[in-house]
Amino acid sequence: MKSLVILGAGTAGTTVANRLHALLDSDQWRITIVDQNETHYYQPGFLFIPFGIYSKNDVVKPKRDFIPAGVELIMSPIEHIDAEHNRVTLAKDRRILAYDFLVIATGCQTRPEQTPGLKDGAWGHTIHEFYTVDGAVALAKHLRTWRGGRLVVNVVDNPIKCPVAPLEFLMLADSYFTEHGLRDRVDITYATPLPGAFTKPIASRHLGDILERKSIKVVPDFLIERVDPDARRIVSYDEQSLEYDLLISVPLNMGDEVIARSGLGDDLNYVPVDKHTLQSTKFSNIFVLGDAASLPTSKAGSVAHFAVDCFADNFLRLIDGLDLLPTFDGHANCFIESGFGKGLLIDFNYDVEPLPGHYPLPGIGPFSLLQETEMNHWGKMMFRWMYWNLLLKGQELPLPARMTMAGKMYR
Amino acid sequence: MPTRTIAGKTVTVNDEGFMTNPAEWSKEIAAELATEEGLPALSEAHWKVIDFCRQEAAASGKAPTLRQITTGAAVSTKDLFALFPKGPAKKVARISGLGKPEGCV
Ligand SMILES: Cc1cc2nc3c(=O)[nH]c(=O)nc-3n(C[C@H](O)[C@H](O)[C@H](O)COP(=O)(O)OP(=O)(O)OC[C@H]3O[C@@H](n4cnc5c(N)ncnc54)[C@H](O)[C@@H]3O)c2cc1C
Repeated sequence: MKSLVILGAGTAGTTVANRLHALLDSDQWRITIVDQNETHYYQPGFLFIPFGIYSKNDVVKPKRDFIPAGVELIMSPIEHIDAEHNRVTLAKDRRILAYDFLVIATGCQTRPEQTPGLKDGAWGHTIHEFYTVDGAVALAKHLRTWRGGRLVVNVVDNPIKCPVAPLEFLMLADSYFTEHGLRDRVDITYATPLPGAFTKPIASRHLGDILERKSIKVVPDFLIERVDPDARRIVSYDEQSLEYDLLISVPLNMGDEVIARSGLGDDLNYVPVDKHTLQSTKFSNIFVLGDAASLPTSKAGSVAHFAVDCFADNFLRLIDGLDLLPTFDGHANCFIESGFGKGLLIDFNYDVEPLPGHYPLPGIGPFSLLQETEMNHWGKMMFRWMYWNLLLKGQELPLPARMTMAGKMYR
Repeated sequence: MPTRTIAGKTVTVNDEGFMTNPAEWSKEIAAELATEEGLPALSEAHWKVIDFCRQEAAASGKAPTLRQITTGAAVSTKDLFALFPKGPAKKVARISGLGKPEGCV
């Protein structure tokens, strides 16, 4: 009997548990998955909570409902990974799990305490966030009675999970305040450490233009050093200062502490992997899927899904003694909600930046790349159904794992 | 790939103006790129950071991120911003003849 242990039952862990459970012979393989938290959060839904579009109930389900019978689910914090000796120590009963193969899928979390002044007294009052369910719910409550003023959205540093989420927040805020008759009393500013609205040049230009049309001001190259909560201003390392009445922070994102404790991570607790096979660069029986990996692509659910597709095929090769194929291309496919019932879509990988065009069918769509359409908005809203019903269950989506150039246009 | 001439030498660059082959780099090129970036003459403190980034890239194959520079070259983020204002990681990478840091995707 061989043992496969999966750490983390979030998007990547749950998907890979389902996929491998279906593919591996249960007489020969024991699959165990560990998580500290009973609840599975549909994190893309957090974005909609502050604006009253979703409630907390729309984004939570029990983790157990998504783990197939035949896979052992253990609810416990993970204490330590001893990669030299192929075992994991859990907090609960100090149980030790030995493994032949390990999948790390512990994701990443926000760390507001890493920025001086951010988590002081004003946290939850004039400073809010939407990257956790509790933060998003508190912000919804705050916005219901907010009378307007200077709204500043700040990303502390990259990488963050879902790098388009702050842009979506800005555009939904514009839409929300317009609908509530408040827009002329709200000043919306985006302070980002990037040189423009987004990372890649063509998308940055498209998205920058859209923000400008919506009267959202972008302050680029703003790397925050500290918050001065009493003066209500954020200060960058090069002493630029921005005043706010309401600060929405996307705090520093880091991999889980268990990665640091186990000596497996980089400076932000992400695990270095081969970018085409997701195999740990240090241990050949460890693979890292989802946000926990140090990869030069977006940290997103869609990326985790494509990574699972490539990994599952490779894992079957590996156990049959074949070489791993360098199949993972960093493919990301993200709907960007842009307010007023519209959205955009971007599709890219390690080598090809987001380009305009149609997806998935060239010339037809139904989705348009880098353009605001109602169809893209429906794509985003349908994604929740796909997430719970297809993606987590490890089913193949009707989309290729590797990016295709068909339908994309260079200008 | 486009090419351009810097400090009398023809080098390949990408469309964002980053050199694509670190081996084509020289100290003279660094000085000229620094002027383009609006920096004054490169000081010892600048060179300490540039040297670190060159070494780091030679070992890992990619330009270090801001966090890797501050830890590795023992320079505070504040000082790094004073040396290479506005986006130091990107600026150093360009002056050091390395690709764009991958931190931002
Ligand atoms: C506001 C927001 C909007 C987003 N929008 C989108 C979007 O539109 N499209 C998209 O594709 N993606 C989006 N994402 C990103 C997406 O949610 C994540 O990329 C995805 O969930 C990553 O999956 P994962 O399995 O790597 O991590 P997670 O799903 O976060 O799972 C990690 C799991 O590991 C567990 N864990 C961690 N450490 C330990 C430990 N020490 N012991 C025990 N258990 C542990 C956690 O409890 C958690 O269940 C968004 C994210 C946010 C926050």
